[in-house]
Amino acid sequence: MSQTITPAAIRKSFTVRATPEKAFRVFTEGFDSWWPRTHHLGSSPLTKAVIEPHAGGRWYSLHEDGSESPWGEVLAWEPPARLLLAWRISHEWGYDPKLLTEVEVRFTPAGGGETRVDFEHRGLERFGASDTANQTRTAMDGGWGLILEAYRTAVG
Amino acid sequence: MANALAFAALADPTRREVFERLARGPLPVGELAQGLPVSRPAVSQHLKVLKAAGLVTDRPDGTRRVYQIDPHGLGQIRAWLDRFWDVALDAFKAEAERPDDPQADDEEDQP
Repeated sequence: MSQTITPAAIRKSFTVRATPEKAFRVFTEGFDSWWPRTHHLGSSPLTKAVIEPHAGGRWYSLHEDGSESPWGEVLAWEPPARLLLAWRISHEWGYDPKLLTEVEVRFTPAGGGETRVDFEHRGLERFGASDTANQTRTAMDGGWGLILEAYRTAVG
Repeated sequence: MANALAFAALADPTRREVFERLARGPLPVGELAQGLPVSRPAVSQHLKVLKAAGLVTDRPDGTRRVYQIDPHGLGQIRAWLDRFWDVALDAFKAEAERPDDPQADDEEDQP
């Protein structure tokens, strides 16, 4: 009856008015400056989000209560062309070292000082099993509303 | 759905409407298209995109084809993440384009 499907990777491509060097730097070194504050691991508000600038580096967040939450690690660090991150955050927004999904970002010169950004979040089939789906869905409906609210505030 | 208005700020509104109708329960294309401001072929096209994206699945039901949200829940998770990344990457783009450096071609710009 129902078939098992593999969810397609999430892919986003867009152009930014910045060089690949700057785009890569903002994405990594400047990670904290743009990462949405609304969603984070743990119960304490996020104070800083960090991507350590080397292969094997950690990807984590710091929180108001002084705690630190791991998200995954840097699998490939190839400035300014490519960044590959292990995203080990489950759909319930918790860290799971056994979960491996990959976030890859490629920065390609597009001429005129612009950069084409190709984003991919793959391995999504490793998320969740059917028995958690309903509770996940409920949690996500609420969570997504909060993110959008922040987004709308930010864009005015 | 409480989030319907918020969702309208992102992506293709018709496609999201299709998706949200399916979130309430499985439907054949014909019923899905009723009340939507687009043609039935357009709805089929949206369904094709949603299916390719891993958000919905379909099954034959007699001569009809019934669409539903991925029963394993991955469609839900994927939909959420997809929208989440839209928000995050929009924020990244804005930050990368922030004119702190008028010489955007100059790689020597140091913070």
